[in-house]
Amino acid sequence: MNAIFLALAYLRFHWLRSGVLVLVAALILAVPLISQTLLEGARNTLTDRAEATPLVLGNRGSQLDLVMSTLYFSDERANPVTMAAGEAIWDSGLAVPIPLNTAFETGGARIVGTSLDYFDFRGLVLAQGRQLAILGEAVIGATVAERLGLGPGDTLVSAPQNLFDLDGVYPLELNIVGVFAPSGTPDDEAVFVDVATTWVIAGIGHGHEGVFAPDADTGDVVASAAIVEFNRITPDNIDSFHFHGDPDSYPISGLLVVPSNERDATILRGRYLDADNPLQMIVPEDVVSELVARIFRIKAVLDAVTLIVGVAAFAAIALAVFLSYRLRAREMQTAYKLGARRGIILQLLASETMILLGIAALLAMGLVAVVQSQGEGLVAWILAT
Amino acid sequence: MIEIKDLRFAYPSGGFRLAIPSLKLKPGERVAVVGPSGTGKTTLLNLVAGIAVPEAGRITFAGEDVTGLSDGQRRTFRAREIGFVFQDFALLDYLTARENILYPFRIAAGAKLDPDARQRAEDLAAACGLAEKLDRRPGALSQGEQQRVALCRALVRSPRLILADEATGNLDPANKTAILDLLFARAEEVGATLLAVTHDHDLLPRFDRVIDFAAFQRPEVAA
Repeated sequence: MNAIFLALAYLRFHWLRSGVLVLVAALILAVPLISQTLLEGARNTLTDRAEATPLVLGNRGSQLDLVMSTLYFSDERANPVTMAAGEAIWDSGLAVPIPLNTAFETGGARIVGTSLDYFDFRGLVLAQGRQLAILGEAVIGATVAERLGLGPGDTLVSAPQNLFDLDGVYPLELNIVGVFAPSGTPDDEAVFVDVATTWVIAGIGHGHEGVFAPDADTGDVVASAAIVEFNRITPDNIDSFHFHGDPDSYPISGLLVVPSNERDATILRGRYLDADNPLQMIVPEDVVSELVARIFRIKAVLDAVTLIVGVAAFAAIALAVFLSYRLRAREMQTAYKLGARRGIILQLLASETMILLGIAALLAMGLVAVVQSQGEGLVAWILAT
Repeated sequence: MIEIKDLRFAYPSGGFRLAIPSLKLKPGERVAVVGPSGTGKTTLLNLVAGIAVPEAGRITFAGEDVTGLSDGQRRTFRAREIGFVFQDFALLDYLTARENILYPFRIAAGAKLDPDARQRAEDLAAACGLAEKLDRRPGALSQGEQQRVALCRALVRSPRLILADEATGNLDPANKTAILDLLFARAEEVGATLLAVTHDHDLLPRFDRVIDFAAFQRPEVAA
C-alpha cells in the first residue's frame, strides 16, 4: 500500500509526464482493438448488405465502384446507365428492376433517387410522416434526420452542381415528407427521392413560368433565360414540371435486380456475360467477399505494423520510466540511507508501471467501448466516404 | 552508546583511506565532527549507520556489533535507531511536508504508519513551527522550513542516534541557530545521541565535545 501511495503521489505530481505515458500506452492498446472492431463491423455491414442484394446491373467498369455506389451510396461514382437497361429487365419478366440514381447529395448526405419498390425490398419502415407521393418530395434516413435536425415539413436543398453557371441547373429544394426508422445500414445516411426528382436536379426535367411571348412575325413562342425556373416543387407549380428527351435515355447509377428465383437469376446473368455488352450484371456478395478478403490481408499487415510500433512504444515507455529512476537516484539513495526495506524500489517501479498501464488499459477500454457503441454509425460513415 | 575500535575503511576505487583507532560516544552526548574536506567525516557517518562497510575493525551500537549485520539487518537497524539530517534536506518534491515527515514509515521495514505515528508527526511539526505548512510541498517552503521538515523526518521514529551531515550548511545565520536549537531540543527530548558533521566553527561551543577529524588519519595508511 505504501508503494502504491508513493507511486500515486509521484505520478500525480508529474501529471503531464504521466498523462503522456498513459495516452501513448492507451493508444497502443486501443488502436488494434478499435481497428479490429471497425473492420469486423465493416465486414458485417458489407457482407449483410451484399448478401441481401441478389444482383446489380450497371455500366461495365469497376465492379467495386458499382457495388459501393448502389449498395452503400459511397462517393465512388460508377459510369451511369440509362433507364433503357431497366426497361429491358422489366420486359424480360425475370426480375424486378429497382433504379438507383446516387449522383447528387445534400447536407452531406447522398440523395438516392429510386422507386417505391426499393423501400419494400430493403424493409424500410417509416418512423414519421408518409411515403413519397409526388415529384420533389423526400424521405430521409434516421441518421440524416438526427444529424440535421429535420423532419416532415422541413426542406433540404440539393448541393449545387455548377455554382458559377448562371444559365445552368439550380439546386432543388426538397420537401421532406417522412423519416425512416433506424436500420443500421447505409439507408440511415441517405435522402430518398423518386428517381424522377433526381432528373429534375440534373436539369433533365424542370418547371417554369408560362411562356407568353409569341414572336410578332412568326407566332412562335420565344423563351429566354429571363423566365423564372422553379427551384421548389409545390402543388401550385407541379403541373409546370416536364421532362425533355426520351425517358429511356435518362441516366441512373445502376439497378438492383431482384429475380424471382435462382433460375431466373442465372438466365439474366447469362445475358450480360458478353464482354462487348456495355452493361454488366454482378453478384454483390462475390465483389464484397473479394473486398473483405483484401481488407483483412491489409489488416494483417496493419497488425504487424501495430505490433512493431507497439513494441517500440512500450520500449520507449520503459526507457522513460528507467530514465526517471536514474533522475531519481538521489531519492533512492535517501530512501536507502533512511533504512528503506529491500525491494521497496522495485515495488515503487512496479507500482508506477502498473498504475500507468492500468489507467491506460481503462482509457483504451473506454475508447473501444465508445467505438463499439458508435460502431454502426462509424462504419456507415466510413463506407459512405 | 557507540564504540569504534581499530576501524579501517577504503573505497573500492582506492585513493582514500580512513583509519580510526578508537572513538566512543556516550548516550545523549552531542558531538561535533570537524575537519578539512575529504578527510572522511561523511564516511564516518555512513560507517556508523551501516551504509558503508569497513575493511576491518568494529562498530558497536548499544553493545550490538553493527559491522557484523547483514544488509537487511543494517537497513532495519538504520530505520529503527538512526535519524539522518542532510545538508541538502533530501525532501521529496512530490510529497507534502506531512508526507515527507512520515516517509520513513512508508519505506522502512517493520515500520507501521498508525494514528500514533501521524500524531507524533503533527506534534513534531508544531514544535518546529510547521503546523500551518504541513500540506505544502517542499517547493512552497523556505530553506529553513525545508530543513525543519527534514529534522522532523529524522526524529519521527524517536531514534537513539541522530546523524547530521552539515545540517546547517545551506542555511542563513538566523536559520542556522534556529535549526540547531531545534535539533538539540528534540534530541534531548528523545534522549538521542547527536553526531554532527559541521564546518561552522561558530557552532562548536554548543556541542559537548568536538572531534577534529584530521586526527584519525594515520600517515601510514592515509592516501
